[in-house]
Parts: sequence; C-alpha cells; structure tokens
Amino acid sequence: MFDHGIFERHSLLLVVGILIVVSIGGIVEIAPLFYLESTIEKVQGMRPYTPLELAGRAIYVREGCYTCHSQMIRPLRDEVERYGHYSLAAESMYDHPFQWGSKRTGPDLARVGNKYSDEWHRAHLVDPRSVVPESVMPPYKFLEETDLQFDTIEEALKANRIVGVPYTDDMIASARADLMAQANPESDDVAAFQKRYPKAQVRDFDGNPQRLTEMDAVIAYLQMLGTLVDFSTYKADAPENRR
Amino acid sequence: MNTEQAARRDPRWDLFFAPGMLVAALLLALIEAAKSPEPQMQIQAWTFLLAGIGVLVWTVRRYARGIPADDQSPYANDIVKAGVIASMFWGLAGMAVGLIIALQLAFPNLFYFPDLPFTNFGRIRPLHTSAVIFAFGGNVLIATSFYVVQRTCKARLAGGFWPWFVFWGYQMFILVAGTGYLIGVTEGREYAEPEWYADIWLTLVWVVYLLVFLGTIWKRKEPHIYVANWFYLAFIVTIAMLHIVNNLSMPVDLLSTKSYSAFAGVQDALTQWWYGHNAVGFFLTAGFLAIMYYFVPKRAERPIYSYRLSIVHFWTLIFIYIWAGPHHLHYTALPVWAQTLGMTFSIMLWMPSWGGMINGLMTLSGAWDKLRTDPVLRMLVVSVAFYGMSTFEGPVMSIKAVNSLSHYTDWTIGHVHSGALGWVGFVSFGALYCLVPWLWKRQRLYSNSLVEWHFWISTIGIVFYITSMWVSGIMQGLMWRAYNEFGFLEYSFVETVAAMHPYYMIRAFGGLLYLSGTVIMAYNLWRTARGDIRAAEPLALKPQLATA
Repeated sequence: MFDHGIFERHSLLLVVGILIVVSIGGIVEIAPLFYLESTIEKVQGMRPYTPLELAGRAIYVREGCYTCHSQMIRPLRDEVERYGHYSLAAESMYDHPFQWGSKRTGPDLARVGNKYSDEWHRAHLVDPRSVVPESVMPPYKFLEETDLQFDTIEEALKANRIVGVPYTDDMIASARADLMAQANPESDDVAAFQKRYPKAQVRDFDGNPQRLTEMDAVIAYLQMLGTLVDFSTYKADAPENRR
Repeated sequence: MNTEQAARRDPRWDLFFAPGMLVAALLLALIEAAKSPEPQMQIQAWTFLLAGIGVLVWTVRRYARGIPADDQSPYANDIVKAGVIASMFWGLAGMAVGLIIALQLAFPNLFYFPDLPFTNFGRIRPLHTSAVIFAFGGNVLIATSFYVVQRTCKARLAGGFWPWFVFWGYQMFILVAGTGYLIGVTEGREYAEPEWYADIWLTLVWVVYLLVFLGTIWKRKEPHIYVANWFYLAFIVTIAMLHIVNNLSMPVDLLSTKSYSAFAGVQDALTQWWYGHNAVGFFLTAGFLAIMYYFVPKRAERPIYSYRLSIVHFWTLIFIYIWAGPHHLHYTALPVWAQTLGMTFSIMLWMPSWGGMINGLMTLSGAWDKLRTDPVLRMLVVSVAFYGMSTFEGPVMSIKAVNSLSHYTDWTIGHVHSGALGWVGFVSFGALYCLVPWLWKRQRLYSNSLVEWHFWISTIGIVFYITSMWVSGIMQGLMWRAYNEFGFLEYSFVETVAAMHPYYMIRAFGGLLYLSGTVIMAYNLWRTARGDIRAAEPLALKPQLATA
C-alpha cells in the first residue's frame, strides 16, 4: 500500500502535493470561462462606461455599496417581476471589478437606471430616510458637497483598456471633455460625446449647474445601470442564449 | 561563552537584511508620499512610513543592549507572545466595529453621521470583516503556527529576525488596509478589498512567512512532520496562490491608490469567489484545523483519535474545498455547468469536514470528564461542534433550491457567524487560553471562573446572533417571493426591510454579549501574564466534582 510517510518526511514533496491538489479545481472551473464562447451572450447595445459613469462607479466601489446592494437579478419569477429582466453575463462584461454583490440589505440595483428621477436619487442619497422612512441606508450628503476629482480620468480609461475594455484612442483623448460634457447639456462637446457613447444620458444630474460634484457622477452611473442592452433584439429563448 | 562563540560563527545577517527590506519599502512609501497628487495615497504612504519607522525604533531598542536572551533560547517565545497580544488587540477592535455596524442597521438614526463619511456602513463593514478575519484570525494563525511548528519539530524558529519581519510586516499590512477602507481605498471585492500596493506588500510578507515555516521544518529533529503542520502548510501555500491570482489588477498610475481588476464580470466573479470561498476554506478552516490538531490533543492529554482519518481528512478537504466557490453564484449569469460543479463539490465537502470534526471530538475518548472541570477544553470542544454545525449548514445552503431562498439574505450572515464566532473564535480563544500560561510561564490562568463566564456569555451571544439571523433571513427570503391572491408580489422591498428591525436588534445584542466575553478574556489573560492568581481561586485546585 502507498506509504503516506513519504509526505511526512519530505516537506517539499508535501508542498508540491498540496499545490497540485489545490490547483485542479480552479483550473477546471475557472479557466474555461475565458475561452468558452457561450460564457457571454451576444447582445446589442453594450458599450464601455462613459468617463462620468466610470467616475461614478469608482465612487460606488469606494463607498462599499456592494456590501448591501446586489447587481445581479436571478431568473426567478419574483425577482424578474420586482427588478426586471434577469441579468446577463454580457451586462457586466466591462465591469472591473464585478459588483454582483452577495447581500440585499437594500434592493438590487442592476436595473435601477431610469426608474427614479435624478432628484429622487439626490434626495435619497443625501438623506435616505427623508424619502424612505424605513430605510437603514447611510446618508451620503457629502457627495453633493464634494467636487468630482477627475485629473486621472484619461489614465483610468487607459488602465481599463489594458485589462480589456474597448476604449478607442479617440475616447481616451477626449475623456476629460466627455466627462464634463455629460453633466452639462449646454456644452459644445455634447454631440461628439454622444457619438462616442450612443444613448448616453446628458444632463446636470445633481441639479446644481454651478458645480460638477461626486453626486453628478454617482447619479449618472445609477441612471445608466441596466439600460444598455437592447432587449427588443435579445432572444432569451434562442438556442445560443440558453445556458 | 558558548553563545558568544556561536554569535561569532554566525554573523547575524538577518539583522541587516530584514530591516533593510523594510527600509527599502519605506523609501518607496516616501516617494509615494512626496510625489502622489492624491490625498488618499499620501495618507496611506504616511501611515505606512510612520508605522515602519516605529518598527525600526522597536528593532533598535530590542538589539541595542546586545542579542536578547529570547534569540538564544531553544524556542523563540517572544514572537508568539507578540502574536498573542496582537490577536487580542485586533480581536477586540474587529468585534467592536462589528457591534457598531450591527447597531447602524438596527438604529440608523442614531449611528449614522452625515458629516463623517468614514463612519458609513459601506466603509466600516470591510473594516469589520478584515479586522476579525485577517487581523484577529491572521495573528492567531501566525502566532500559533510559530508556536506549534517549533514544538512539533523540536527546533527553534528559522530565520533569526525574519519571523519578526513577518509579524511586523503583517501588522503594517493590516494598518494600511484598514485605514484605507476608512478613507475610501478599496478594490471593491469582498474579503480582497486592499489595494494593489498593500497586496504586493502582503505577498512579500507571506513569502517570508512560508520560508520561515518551511525553514523550521527543515531543521526538525523529528523524522515526521506532524499533522498540524500539514494544515498550516496548506493554509500558507494556498492563501499565497489565491491572493496572487485574485488580486491581479491594473493600477491607474503608480502614484494612485486606484486599480482595476484584471478580470471582468463573470470571470471576475468566479475568480473572486474561488478566492472568497477558499479564504474560508484555507484561512478560516485549514489554518484553524491545524490549531485543533495541536491544542485539542495537548489540552486533553490524549493522542489524535485516528492517524488514518487525519490523512484522509487532509487531502480530501484541500482537494474538494477549492471547487466550492461557484455556490456563491447560484442562479447568476455564471454558466450553469459551473454552478452545478460548485454545488456538487460543496455537498461532497460535508464528508471531509465531518471527518475532521469526528477526529477532533473523538480525541477526547477517555477524557470526556475534563469537559466538566476544564472550561478551556470545553471551549475547544464546543468550537469543533460549531465547526460540525456550520459545515453541515454550508452544504445545505449550497443546494440550488435552498440557495434560491437563502442567497442575498441574512441567513448567509448567520451561517458565516456560526462558523466565525463558534468555530474560529472559540478555537482561537481556547488556544490563547492555553498559550498565555505556557508562554509567560504561569502555573495556570488568573481565573478559571472568568473563563466560565466568558464561555457562557459568548455562547449565549452566538445563539442570539445565529437564531435571529436564521429567522430574519428565511423570513425575508419568503417575503421577497410571496404573492397575494391576485398574483401580485405581496410585499414591497422596504416592507421586508422594516420587518428586519427586531432581528437586527437581537443580533446586535448577541454581538454585544460575544464582545463582552472577549473583554473578560482580555482581562483574564492580561492578569495571567502579569502573574496574578485570583484570590478566590487558590492555586491548589480542590477537586471540582460535585458530590451530590
């Protein structure tokens, strides 16, 4: 019979044995996700985040919103009725990192975009219990009092391109202008911006045209969530989409 | 004279290289502090710098009057003592933060401060999880592994000063990561929140940790490597693998705190939960099983129940655990084949888990009577029982039909805490209660009755915690999917939030009890280290068996 003592007398054999045994599961489960074409559905409408949305998403990550909000609607009857179409893998294909979450102390946000007005979001973020008395959410008043820092927005787009988000040279070069244009409908850059990011929403999100605040960025991000995929052209029952 | 000769034979290069590595890191931090335009990076760099300077001052003071006696003793004890103190400190801090966030959810009007963003739930919840898992748990693991590997190998810790590099380097990692969360520096992936530079620093510290541990095993005077060390090795090696792969990311700029994960969406999700579940599997399970395999037999004065079961337990546990990650992603956009694999292996995992539990519990064969007289042994044994309970609950929750109800609810939180408070917490407390009298060379603890108080207060706290979370979790899951007679959803989301209120209060109360137990323990250990013996409990212990 095999003598286990060999592992007990040779520490390096033990280390190698451990490494082999703990590698198998990850290789079998994770590696195929990178090459199996069926992993991510083919959909219409997905585009990279606009610079303002990307900045808003960074604030969403910074504030740990994922600790209480999921962004992943499961294909269960009640969830689809409560939140909308179940989430597709394609919808988070540009998410570095993913923000699917693991807990719903608050509701799912995968399709919160365009469900509430900008003003509702602003009031709710400033003082959640002024709008939803039973809420247990923290207050985010400081967002509308803090100017958005976007000195490194070009570098942020570049870093995203390195990890696989298809930002073009044009998008990177005009990142700063695009960021400001999205929050300022009067800007001359709006037309060029909307050409680069089709169907992106342009307005003064926080209701304060004097300043470009973190609140602008967060609301721009929230109002986009779940609105990109064109579900009129997505056939959930098509064989290539049944997984 | 012997020690002098020995000192002449072996120049202490470690005293130059280990602090030298730290100085190199401090220089990089100085550059970041000076050059970075980002306030967060400046704060992070200064925090690291000041902590590092503190460590250097401590080092100089320690060696200013020659090589300390501990460096020449057969076993390095000072570093284990330091680890015990650090464990207690971080344990209290992490649990206190846990209580605060529990109170925030129970009383949002009292415990949120609109003008203090760093006190918001989203920022201090990662502080709580990281503090209890990595700061408290990590220090317990480092301290006990350094203790156990020396005793079971009959060899002094390898590397001279390098173990201190591991200890202080790890504290600096915790400090930078924890203060980072408060100022909004995070990668935004659960249990892997520290940013890229903290990750690189931890990788460095961890590699040294592995080398110190292996180096000690290489010096062993026992032919066989003891089972506890297999588990410690699996913990160290696998955490290194998980940490490196999961934290691959692209910094915006070398002067910026922000980085973007190398993976996106579905691949990022599975990589993260492959990491996340095995932080449970290898940090919170394999590492603490090593504690069980040393401290339970030692305290019960019985050999491990079954050598063969140890072997089977070890290899099956580490093989199967790695596969279980996808059960965190049931019914998500993760391909179904991966979900099914994850569920299957999670259910299989029940067997090695219970194999380990049986091996731990049956070690008490012939010594069960000690549970009545020795509250420390009772703590260790109850921890193994909680281990059995939560490793039964886990596979149940990984079944997709159950998970469709339990996922996203407090049931998950309850499950985590039955493992964290019951298993990891109690087995750590048991080990610390053993270690303090051994290390400080006291005949026994300051007070055994305080251990009794700790045990019962904390156990009742756990019961409040997990039962309230079961009820709130299952209730919320059912409310979300409830339909009325007209075929509409019965409850709005916020009605389910309102329904949680009483359970959030009970949970906070349970947490308060658990924290109180830990405070009692800290007091007891502090008095023990000082060499005090409680007046009401004289040293010559009378037989405690009841006569009637």
